[in-house]
Amino acid sequence: MLDHASVVTASGVHKQFHLPASKSDSIKHSVIQSFHKKNRESEIFRALKGVSFEVKKGEFFGVLGRNGSGKSTLLKILAGIYQADQGSVSVEGRLVPFIELGVGFRPDLSGRENVYLNGALLGFSKQQMDARYDEIVAFAELEDFMGQKLKNYSSGMKVRLAFAVATHADADILLLDEVLAVGDASFQKKCYNHFRELKKNKKTVIFVTHSMGLAKEYCDRGVLIEGGEITEQGEIEKVADAYTQLFNTAPAAKSIPSKKKKPKKRWGDKSVKIVSHSLKKTNELITFKVRLESKKLTDDYVKFGFQIKDAAGKLLMGANNLNVPGGKSLDFSSSRTIELEYEVTNILGNGTYTLSATVNKDGGTTVCDQWNAIEIVDNTRDSVHYPLVAPGKVTITSSQKGSAR
Amino acid sequence: MQQDFASRLQYARILIREFVISDFKIRYQGSVLGYAWALLRPLMMYIILYVIFFYFLKIGQGVKHWPPALMAGLVIWSFFAEVTKQGLTSIVGHGAIMRKMNFPRYTIIVAASMSALINLLINMLVVLIFMFADNVGLSWGFAVGLLYILEIFIFGIGVALILSTIYVRYRDINFIWDVVTQALFYGSAVLYPVSRISSVSLVAAQVLLLNPVANGIQSFRKYAISQDTSTIVDLSSNVIVQAGPHIITVVVFIYGVYLFSRSSPRFAEEV
Repeated sequence: MLDHASVVTASGVHKQFHLPASKSDSIKHSVIQSFHKKNRESEIFRALKGVSFEVKKGEFFGVLGRNGSGKSTLLKILAGIYQADQGSVSVEGRLVPFIELGVGFRPDLSGRENVYLNGALLGFSKQQMDARYDEIVAFAELEDFMGQKLKNYSSGMKVRLAFAVATHADADILLLDEVLAVGDASFQKKCYNHFRELKKNKKTVIFVTHSMGLAKEYCDRGVLIEGGEITEQGEIEKVADAYTQLFNTAPAAKSIPSKKKKPKKRWGDKSVKIVSHSLKKTNELITFKVRLESKKLTDDYVKFGFQIKDAAGKLLMGANNLNVPGGKSLDFSSSRTIELEYEVTNILGNGTYTLSATVNKDGGTTVCDQWNAIEIVDNTRDSVHYPLVAPGKVTITSSQKGSAR
Repeated sequence: MQQDFASRLQYARILIREFVISDFKIRYQGSVLGYAWALLRPLMMYIILYVIFFYFLKIGQGVKHWPPALMAGLVIWSFFAEVTKQGLTSIVGHGAIMRKMNFPRYTIIVAASMSALINLLINMLVVLIFMFADNVGLSWGFAVGLLYILEIFIFGIGVALILSTIYVRYRDINFIWDVVTQALFYGSAVLYPVSRISSVSLVAAQVLLLNPVANGIQSFRKYAISQDTSTIVDLSSNVIVQAGPHIITVVVFIYGVYLFSRSSPRFAEEV
């Protein structure tokens, strides 16, 4: 791969946006503002601060970063939608961006007319679209609805149509946003199959994602963008791990950096502490192992617990050393180390979750080791696996007689 | 997106075509008479103006072939007004697409002007009917008249490029242009023969005809309908003044192209 030529090169790309307190879009306003020079210069948001990287031909290149890190700005500069303030971007070949699906879709036109309009934006003439039309409609599975106006489509149908057009764009280089893969499970599968196909066919793809699972599955190399700068680049494993680390140091993604102090990631008196931990995940099970070590032999009543929260911070599940089958008290009176291994049903849907662990004693009044986001649970499912339910109970009785109805 | 000039041009052509078609379909959706409105609107305007200005105020009476001349003036004026008005708002109106795709921005302006051009062609049929009804035959002069309409088109595109660029920054221009359009309408000798002005003040008439739209309308009337009309060439012997409307057209168009191509790379983030 290294001997291939670079097809996308970004060197020292800077971009800043002026964020006036209120955008001046009347002449009166800008006349007034010109007398308040300070006010005018105050709000400058530096979205990108010197970003450089190269994408080689045939590479699946991941762009990782949290919301507001500058990913979208970078994409738009690569796509030529925004202009870089400093630095340059060079692209060799036909680059087609898919920042959003269905660009230029008009609700008052029929599905058919929108396919042609969308195709035109991708550079296809009517004749070229005629040749692709049937295939697109078949991919979208919307044969019976093409004459309907788009405003009568469900959102899922719109997305399917748009994605179908997108898959038929003959591009040398594709800019893909992970958010493209929306819709129901079977359509998602179709999208990911398409991504796999692209990879197989050695298309150059720049792939923006929040998901470590997807990044590791598809990408060869990548960059991690944080606060408008590349903080890690190279092999995707390394980049993805660096991305995971971000969640260990900051609680949640913020679009504009706040001056508020971030909550501490790990704290406690460390009289008993977590010395190692690991997480394994399959579609069915989450296995979390942790090793605790006490400073001294003690008969203190020590408790361990963990919680899994979603990106919004909502508690989804949790367990301690007592409330699951096999649970018992932690006894540090004869051994200074104790290992715990949890096996819990993976009831999580697609998404990124954080796992936090707590060691406390004295009935919870003394925190020994509180470790927020000790693990990131990056749950990527190809499709929804049933049963996606918490363990419970169901009673199914079948009638002895054949004619139960 | 595309690399070489030929494929960029091809891309622009495809885009303009689809923009025009979809605009066209949407505009007349849900109206019973549909495209007939493109004809009915100038006709109704014509009836109002004819009754008030020609019949009651007696403006234009005694001028040869005034009814078709008035109709031609109205149609050409609406064409210019439509090109500029549609162009002005079109860039901002396409903000959503511009933020997601990199395509030649001028295609939006050209597409907007194309629908005005289609309307003009259809309305020209009405002008022809008025001409025949008033015993004006079709001559080579009509072709010359069309050249002057082409000049108005180029001038209109230039104005639309400038206005749409300003509109991205300053929404005030929309209201300002409304007023200017009104003023130009009365100042373009659409409703009255230029002789009404030149008989009072020759200089005023000359200034009025420096406007490419006014001179274009008078020239169309002169060559296609009736010799009984004065253009800038008839009212001034100074070559520079005679070429004035053309110079203004070229300057406005070149400045429009310059301003637009300089500003359009940043439209996506400013709009």
